[in-house]
Amino acid sequence: MFQVNSRKTVYDVCIIGSGAGGGTAAKVLTEGGLNVVMLEAGPRLDPDRDFKEHMWPYQLPHRGAGIGGLGSNFGEFLAPNGFWEIDGEPYTTAPGSSFRWFRSRIEGGRTNHWGRIALRFGPADFRAHSTDGMGDDWPITYEELAPYYDKVEAYIGVFGSKENVPNAPDGIFLPPPKPRCTETLIKKACDRLNITCIPSRMAILTKPLNGRDACHYCAQCGRGCKSASNFSSSQVMIPPAAATGRLTMIANAMAREIVVDGSGKAEAVSYIDKTTKSEQRVYAKAVVVAASACESARLLLNSRSANFPNGLGNSSGAVGRNLTDSVGSDLAGYFPQLEKMPAHNHDGVGGMHMYMPWWRFGKQNEFLRGYHIEFGGGRDMPGVGGFDGVCEEQEGYGVSLKQKCRSSYGTFIGFSGRGEMIPNDKCFCELDPDVKDQWGIPVLRFHWSWGENEIKMAADMQATFRSVVEGAGGTVIAGTRRHPKPQGTAEQPAGKISKGGEIIHELGTVRMGSDTKTSVLNAHCQAHDVKNLFVADAAPFVSNPDKNPTLTIMALAWRTSEYLLEQAKKGEV
Amino acid sequence: MAIDLVSRRALLKSLGMGAVAGSVFRVIPLEAAAYAHSVIDAEKADAGGYMPKFFDAHAYKTLQALCETIFPADADSGGAVEAGAPEFIDLVTSENVGFQEKLGGGLKGLDANCTSKYGKVYLECAAGQQKEILDLIAYRKNAEVDAGLAQSVEFFSLLRNLTADGFFTSKIGIKYLGYKGNTFVPEFPGCPPVPGLEA
Repeated sequence: MFQVNSRKTVYDVCIIGSGAGGGTAAKVLTEGGLNVVMLEAGPRLDPDRDFKEHMWPYQLPHRGAGIGGLGSNFGEFLAPNGFWEIDGEPYTTAPGSSFRWFRSRIEGGRTNHWGRIALRFGPADFRAHSTDGMGDDWPITYEELAPYYDKVEAYIGVFGSKENVPNAPDGIFLPPPKPRCTETLIKKACDRLNITCIPSRMAILTKPLNGRDACHYCAQCGRGCKSASNFSSSQVMIPPAAATGRLTMIANAMAREIVVDGSGKAEAVSYIDKTTKSEQRVYAKAVVVAASACESARLLLNSRSANFPNGLGNSSGAVGRNLTDSVGSDLAGYFPQLEKMPAHNHDGVGGMHMYMPWWRFGKQNEFLRGYHIEFGGGRDMPGVGGFDGVCEEQEGYGVSLKQKCRSSYGTFIGFSGRGEMIPNDKCFCELDPDVKDQWGIPVLRFHWSWGENEIKMAADMQATFRSVVEGAGGTVIAGTRRHPKPQGTAEQPAGKISKGGEIIHELGTVRMGSDTKTSVLNAHCQAHDVKNLFVADAAPFVSNPDKNPTLTIMALAWRTSEYLLEQAKKGEV
Repeated sequence: MAIDLVSRRALLKSLGMGAVAGSVFRVIPLEAAAYAHSVIDAEKADAGGYMPKFFDAHAYKTLQALCETIFPADADSGGAVEAGAPEFIDLVTSENVGFQEKLGGGLKGLDANCTSKYGKVYLECAAGQQKEILDLIAYRKNAEVDAGLAQSVEFFSLLRNLTADGFFTSKIGIKYLGYKGNTFVPEFPGCPPVPGLEA
């Protein structure tokens, strides 16, 4: 006699990942009436226990630094479970490639400690190929996504100001905070240099919103916020989803494979329960993959079957391809006039109050696309490594060195460019044929090479930083010994451009498109090959504009989820 | 304490918001967050004596003396030992092989130099002798003249950076710098006026 498990639960939707995309999907789908099960590869979050908000460095054994006194994994203050390397869950890089992959295994994923920079992509970003012939156009326009940016901003809260900057659309904004002294100084120099410098746009509440307190200006968003005054999926998306009673969260569940039925539709997700180390399976009528761009690609590539020998939804072979990260470059300056600044509370929100959006849009430049500039510094909470520069410059010892450290404290401002990378054939991830993680799941192998456009862009960033530093009366400072400028190669000039993955804006690996031969998903982020399979992180992005991806992940996930709801109501999935 | 900066009205409002939010959001009101902060302070207070994890007793004493010489007590604040810099340096060194080689080796090298020059280890040298040897290893330019000093200069540079870390992340070091944040304010006040800067 056949054994029939008559109590097998079939959920409406299984969401894999609880970060920006997964959290948004959970909120929209459960509020729309669907029963959702969510798999999260890490533990549940407990802000009271996990967040180091308001602690002083001397209250932690490493004074806020990482183990061994170094900045690996961003140190003790970071909101929990964000890692460049995870024990037992490696990744590899192909010979000649260097790539770093930051992963967060916890409810809310990387949104617990992200930079909160919430920029809309602009109209031109969705049709860049039509403009300059490189990369591809998105299958949707800005106008199609704009209503979802509105919904996300109105719900999560983003501060900013109406500026009408070309291709940097204004949104639904809370008022921006006042600028810090450092920002006033740089803004003046930018005005003289004709560089646009405007209030930043951050997912931090400057007014109470939707049941959450306003910011209390401790500058520690990256540590996680106990009052949920900034956006994290764990504190802002998951709770309303849970409140519907229709969300089942399974923590410590590492997805291994999406299982298809005989007709080629997704019917279940098999996963490892990390607590019991046992194999489990959860059934659902539809699957939303939101595990982060590369992890989502990995899961599809690992979901091989007779119907899909190259991985689920991968008849195009595009899964893992078109991997991009932001172009990053940094420089810092010393500003002697800041020594006159009286001691005052400089903290503000956890991040910049002002920034420079791309100000040469539509102009003839040495390179295609553009970048924005983030900057920060001044009288921040003192931290490990913060005095290397002055100690190495001043040398010696004793009261005079101590006094020099004090007089120069708060006089440094760092600049970071974040630019658009154009996808190229040399940047992709694939399954490593030899290496498996501790759960027996094949790991990713990364291939990486910056293109000529990115190198030119990074050089332009350096020239701009220099002109801003000098224009504001400062001097450029060199790297310190503990944080030396890296040794360069022709492809990666010393200290001039970030490593692939380092900016943590990796995306594009399961992209949307209207051509089924070159894309995996349609305009609704629904797999061309599998109609009950959706992707809701940054993997569907067709391009990686100079705007940080998280806001767009949420807007796109919201739109995808509404489409899925509609299809579910019609009985189409 | 910090909570004083939030007006009573704002606090009551925030507690009210917390009650509304209680149904869905896992937030804790500002007052509770400030309370949690003070509890941590109290727990930290009974830390007691420190047992070095990496350095032996003699090396640790030498380390303490060097830290205090790098950032001594003066009219404005206590020094690096009061700031707990040696404890911090010992902890991170116990976890960092590179530091173990540079600092462990550096301290031995310092004693060896003192012994060959003055016939005794650093701690037993007279103040003038200690100053003489530190003035040699505290500047890169001396290693350019005498390449034999390179390792000692490298050692002292790392020790100086780590002492700065330990001093300026301590309670007294933060106060010495005049850092005014890590607090709760209902609104960010912006940049205060600075006489002479607006010109």
